[in-house]
Amino acid sequence: MSDHFNIKLPEGSIEKTTTTLNLGPTHPATHGVFQNILELDGERIVKSDSTVGYIHRAFEKIAERRPLYQITTLTDRLNYCSSPINNMGWHLTCEKLLGVKTPKRVDYLRVIIMELARISDHLICNSIVGVDSGAYTGFLYVMQYRELIYEIYEEVCGARLTTNMGRIGGFERNFSNAAFQKLEKFLKEYPIVQKEFENLFSRNRIFIERTKGTGAISADRALNYGFTGPNLRASGVDYDVRVHSPYASYEDFDFSVPVGTTGDNYDRYQVRNEEIWQSLSILNQAYKKVQEFKGAEAEVFHADAPEYYLPEKKDVYTKMEALIYHFKIVMGEAEIPAGEVYMSVEGGNGELGFYLISDGGRSPYRLHFRRPCFIYYQAYPELVKGSMLSDAIITMSSLNLIAGEMDA
Amino acid sequence: MALTNEFIKSRLTEKFGPSITGMEEPYGMLSVTVPRDLNLKVLNFLFDEPELGFRFLTDLTAVHYPERTGEELCVVYHLHNLVENIRIRLKVYAPVEKPDVYTATGLFSGANWMERETYDFFGINFVGHPNLKRILNVDEMDYFPLRKEFPLEDQTRIDKDDDMFGR
Amino acid sequence: MSRPVRFNIKEKDKNDWGINTVEMPDGHMGEGFFATSLDKVVGLARKNSIWPLPFATSCCGIEFMATMGSHYDLGRFGSERVGFSPRQCDLLMVMGTIAKKMGPIVKQVYLQMAEPRWVIAVGACASSGGIFDTYSVLQGIDQVVPVDVYVPGCPPRPEAIIDGILRIQDLVHNESLRRRNGDQYKGLLESYGIQ
Repeated sequence: MSDHFNIKLPEGSIEKTTTTLNLGPTHPATHGVFQNILELDGERIVKSDSTVGYIHRAFEKIAERRPLYQITTLTDRLNYCSSPINNMGWHLTCEKLLGVKTPKRVDYLRVIIMELARISDHLICNSIVGVDSGAYTGFLYVMQYRELIYEIYEEVCGARLTTNMGRIGGFERNFSNAAFQKLEKFLKEYPIVQKEFENLFSRNRIFIERTKGTGAISADRALNYGFTGPNLRASGVDYDVRVHSPYASYEDFDFSVPVGTTGDNYDRYQVRNEEIWQSLSILNQAYKKVQEFKGAEAEVFHADAPEYYLPEKKDVYTKMEALIYHFKIVMGEAEIPAGEVYMSVEGGNGELGFYLISDGGRSPYRLHFRRPCFIYYQAYPELVKGSMLSDAIITMSSLNLIAGEMDA
Repeated sequence: MALTNEFIKSRLTEKFGPSITGMEEPYGMLSVTVPRDLNLKVLNFLFDEPELGFRFLTDLTAVHYPERTGEELCVVYHLHNLVENIRIRLKVYAPVEKPDVYTATGLFSGANWMERETYDFFGINFVGHPNLKRILNVDEMDYFPLRKEFPLEDQTRIDKDDDMFGR
Repeated sequence: MSRPVRFNIKEKDKNDWGINTVEMPDGHMGEGFFATSLDKVVGLARKNSIWPLPFATSCCGIEFMATMGSHYDLGRFGSERVGFSPRQCDLLMVMGTIAKKMGPIVKQVYLQMAEPRWVIAVGACASSGGIFDTYSVLQGIDQVVPVDVYVPGCPPRPEAIIDGILRIQDLVHNESLRRRNGDQYKGLLESYGIQ
């Protein structure tokens, strides 16, 4: 053909039948920065190669420098859409290492905060799947209610997004009446909005045709890759850390774990929706349980562990032991046993694990975060092989990839 | 019969004998030390045995112990038996001069990136890995940052004064 | 539950129709015409129609999403249409930590933008590296691109991001039309290695 028209084509270009497309680190669809280099045959994806690390912040090395209570601020920035879950997970790890047992009221307050964070994370994921398939309205509806969740966080800890919430052994202050009022408002108004959001998408023909059948993964492959969380549950495996290894008194709550069948994008969307309903039910139960504490018990917001939880200021100024404990905790001289512990919690994306090796000093010897996003993003080439480019975009957003968690 | 740590310990000792050392149970999780050349055999054994069935790789990472000469780098595998809900931790020690460890990617596809991350941070060479390149750091980096001898901060930055920040 | 408002309670001067309007620039008004200098009109038009490019990398990106939402609406200031193509955008909003791996990409996106272009560094990480004083994080994007406004915070509240945008609007409003061709600006770009 090249002789016929006297055109000189580059070396090897006739043999190469695929186009290379760089779905680069800055792209409206990549929420967070990760790069995919796709080989396309027309519109179908033949091969894809991912690059991560564009936001590597070396959390694990920073953690070797900081005392245990300062690492909470690092854990915030892992999955920043649901930072209270990361914070609580870290505090639970420290409590496991130090042998601190938290009272029931603290556990129930932690459950309230973690379930609010889970709702907030799933809302972002589902509404962004909507935005990527062209429907911006759902995003605006739910952002309004995420603002209400942020207001509840503000009442508890003062910050909206990177919350640094709680302390080893409990919370820094009791939940105020305003916090409970806002929680009631949320519990009353949100189910209607969630129903409205689902009406927009769940039986919408266009949405179903975009998401059903794309980005599917079987349960065996998902388990082999190390998937956890809603992505694994959409494939049919009901593994939920809250049920398998309950922490923070989750065994006292009655909830079910939604499970999908094929593991495609539509199943992931539906599993997350159903998890929001389950979280609302857990929130209602937890709120009722918290209100049952009366009198002095209703003022309990931390464990009785003076070696690790800062004593009250009035005690520090008047009592000797409180002064000594305060000094030891702040200066980092608290007795931390040497040992290694692995603790995991059910984060918004799956099993968020903390592997902490302590040598008895004030900062960990080694801290490793088992980040679910990093582990399941490896499966992305397998998920999109053979699908069209637009399906690849929806698959990427329905996996709920948070770059902060991926690169840590 | 429910799987217990004792049962796992007895099965491991009867299969591998004295090679498996350092059996401890910190905070309830069984933790065993496996010699370098046996790591794939132990992983396969734990995967294939119907009563043990550790088919889920939760985590793969490494630790650097500079004071243990001869075995400074330690690769740590966390495995999970989802059916019986038991976890186990395997540790494989390797010297820092020749940190070769067999790759687990044949058994668990999820180990691919986890081993790349461990290589990136500690320099452990996973023998047989399909694509062992740096994953999180820049490709041109020539040292392994999470080893204890390297500092946290970028030493070439000029705007932050180390004397003031109390390093 | 709502707390009494303490700030910004002074009534704004409204005109005859009961709405507040923007200050008119100085000029000569007549029957059916208004004459003023070109850079004032251009400044007024530009400042109220900035098209931002959200370069959201991490947590500050989520606060930006909240700023674009209906509660703290950024669209009221004219930045309704966010673009992701650098060729079409005026304002590069860098939100989040920029790692050393990402630095060349920020620079490339900045180079692809057409003049006039402004850069706002949102958040502590973009301004100076933030809490991540590590080997892999760029200590502020002003190591690679010239920055006009810095918004501190970790993450900054949406009100703070809007305040940053308002400062950019002041810069846009008061910028001279000859600035981009002048020696000082060229010297600034030379110091970053940008021709």
